[in-house]
Amino acid sequence: MFEILIYLTMGLYLGGTILALTYLVHRSEVIAKLSFGITCVGFLCHSANLLGTMMTTGQVPIMTFKEAMSFFAWGLVLVLVIVGLTRGLQVLGAFILPLALLSLVSATLAPSPSGNTLPPVFQTVWVHVTLSMLGTIGFGVAFVAGVMYVLQERLLKSKQFNVLYFKLPPLDFLDSLNQRSILLGFPLLTLGILTGAVSAQLTKGSYLSWNPEQVWAMVTWVFYLAVILGRVTVGWRAKKAAYLTIVGFAGVILTFVGILLKSHQTVSLL
Amino acid sequence: MNIIVLGLNHRSAPVELRELLAIPDSRMGEALSRLMAYAGIKEAMFLGTCNRVEVYAVVEGGERGFRNLEDFLVSTHFSLSSDELLPHLYHYSDDEAIGHLFRVAASLDSMVVGEPQILGQVKEAYEMALTHRSSGVILNKLVKKAISVGKSVRTNTRIGEYAVSVSYAAVELAKKVFSNLKQRTVLLVGAGEMGKLAARHLVTQGVKEVLLTTRNHHRALALAERFNGHAVPYEHLGSILPKADIIICATGAPHYVIAKEDIESAVHQRMNRPIFLIDITVPRNIDPGVKDVDNAFLFDIDDLKAHVGHNQEERLREAEKAERYVQQEVSSILSWVHGLEATPTIVALRKKAEQIKHLELEKVFNRLGDLSPKDRMAIEGLASSIVNKLLHGPLVTLKAEAQSQNGFAFIEAARRFFELKEQDIQMVGHETSADETEMLHVEEVSDESS
Repeated sequence: MFEILIYLTMGLYLGGTILALTYLVHRSEVIAKLSFGITCVGFLCHSANLLGTMMTTGQVPIMTFKEAMSFFAWGLVLVLVIVGLTRGLQVLGAFILPLALLSLVSATLAPSPSGNTLPPVFQTVWVHVTLSMLGTIGFGVAFVAGVMYVLQERLLKSKQFNVLYFKLPPLDFLDSLNQRSILLGFPLLTLGILTGAVSAQLTKGSYLSWNPEQVWAMVTWVFYLAVILGRVTVGWRAKKAAYLTIVGFAGVILTFVGILLKSHQTVSLL
Repeated sequence: MNIIVLGLNHRSAPVELRELLAIPDSRMGEALSRLMAYAGIKEAMFLGTCNRVEVYAVVEGGERGFRNLEDFLVSTHFSLSSDELLPHLYHYSDDEAIGHLFRVAASLDSMVVGEPQILGQVKEAYEMALTHRSSGVILNKLVKKAISVGKSVRTNTRIGEYAVSVSYAAVELAKKVFSNLKQRTVLLVGAGEMGKLAARHLVTQGVKEVLLTTRNHHRALALAERFNGHAVPYEHLGSILPKADIIICATGAPHYVIAKEDIESAVHQRMNRPIFLIDITVPRNIDPGVKDVDNAFLFDIDDLKAHVGHNQEERLREAEKAERYVQQEVSSILSWVHGLEATPTIVALRKKAEQIKHLELEKVFNRLGDLSPKDRMAIEGLASSIVNKLLHGPLVTLKAEAQSQNGFAFIEAARRFFELKEQDIQMVGHETSADETEMLHVEEVSDESS
């Protein structure tokens, strides 16, 4: 039953994305409002889907790759809705929605698990996954801010005062959005990794099994730590920070792809 | 006699070329006397702003006048060649030249239509011409009229309301780098008019701190008082660069005062916090290479132009109203100019009549022999009366018709009827230039009272 809701959500996100992208090259503010409205409706459907799944299965719907990706999309759109309502920053949709849509599409394409047969002890894993996913959402927003920064920086440098230039927010806002997202995402990821290690210790008897996702997760963690420390110590901010977060997020995507390829039924995400 | 203008502006030439032609005030006297040295140039004025370089002149023979002005501009800077310069020049003569001057003064030809600085700049150019005695009867009248046209356009149309000047574009650009200007420090280098204007806009936005530096520290102190900022000795420019988020450079220096290396090191010291730079003067004061420095955003006057381009449409509507007003004023001043053409003809005609009268009187006095002074006076009176009455009609008609569309035809006819030779008229023109001035003064007064 909730499958229909997810397809509906996808359709609405697709509509929102197309409108948001059109808004980048059109002056009309109506397009942005329409896009935001459709996205909000999509977000409600999405929330209903997640809530419905949780009610029926009695667990946080984040245990499988499919669910995790859907949760990731939901988190991104949540950020978009919050920023849209509080700061009215319409242009953000054009950058966040494609990412959310992509992750939702990959969620539906991923193979469904054959059944939920987790031993009771595994039930605590959801804490680890949720924290990791929230951290990842932070990095996703940082990535979007980075992309917007690089775009606006290029437009300013090349003196192209086009529609996009007028719609993109100031550089220092994007830089601080980037910084805040990482500062919020990093502790969550750290906690996610720690709880993951504890869960692994409880279930498998070792904190770390050195599988590729775990290695990638560690690499990503070290990378973002470096980004945070680099800002305060040697001035990795502005353009450099934007590029670093774009590269860092590529690492996150690689981790996801690794998990997808292995098609684990239960996720040891990050 | 022709009124001509030769020049280039922000539309016809890039900033690199315009800045080569900039003449500092200190060398203006020399430039104007070089200009006046060309044969056939009677009056001249040099108007140089960030956006335009124009020479206005009253010349004998329009074509030769243009060639002379071209030669003058090419020789303004040693690195200029005529091949480089000539394609960027516009040429206007007579009514078009006057129309152009009026449009310029009314800020209709400005990069930002309605911007307020140009009127002051026209005044300054005129004062320079007055100081160096290159301005004469015609330019005096025309430029004064242009200034009054500029003022009435400003008061009678809403063109000024839209006059978001170039300096304001600097604020809008700054806001694309810094979301909150209230936490920012502005550094103003130099005391150029445009720079001060931009700084004032930023101060109104409520910047945190204003730093000022000029080569003359007293001037910086005076400016600091005005902007409620801090004057910094010019020698310390390098060390305060990293403190500034926004740098506005508007010195009169003919060279770069901020080099690429300065900004590289400033950005490094700021740990990559962006710097926003505006180079608002011509010639440029910030090395254009700064554009390649990461996290430094440099904009020059052409960039500001590109930035204001988008919202200029609405201003253009008010500008049309102003254009119509300017056209009316041009036609009214044109009749004055045309009357001027009649002047040497009238003077020559009077002189010729006087000569004939004297010759004939001499003949008659010789033939009649001894005459009482009373008789002599009576005969002289008779002659004068005939001459004056006979000339009255033609002179009045000539003066009146000279202002009509085919005024030149009447002047030509009068010259033929009275057999006034071209060289007589020209000679007369030179000899009686004082008379001419006097006559024009009479006209000017009557013109203003009407």
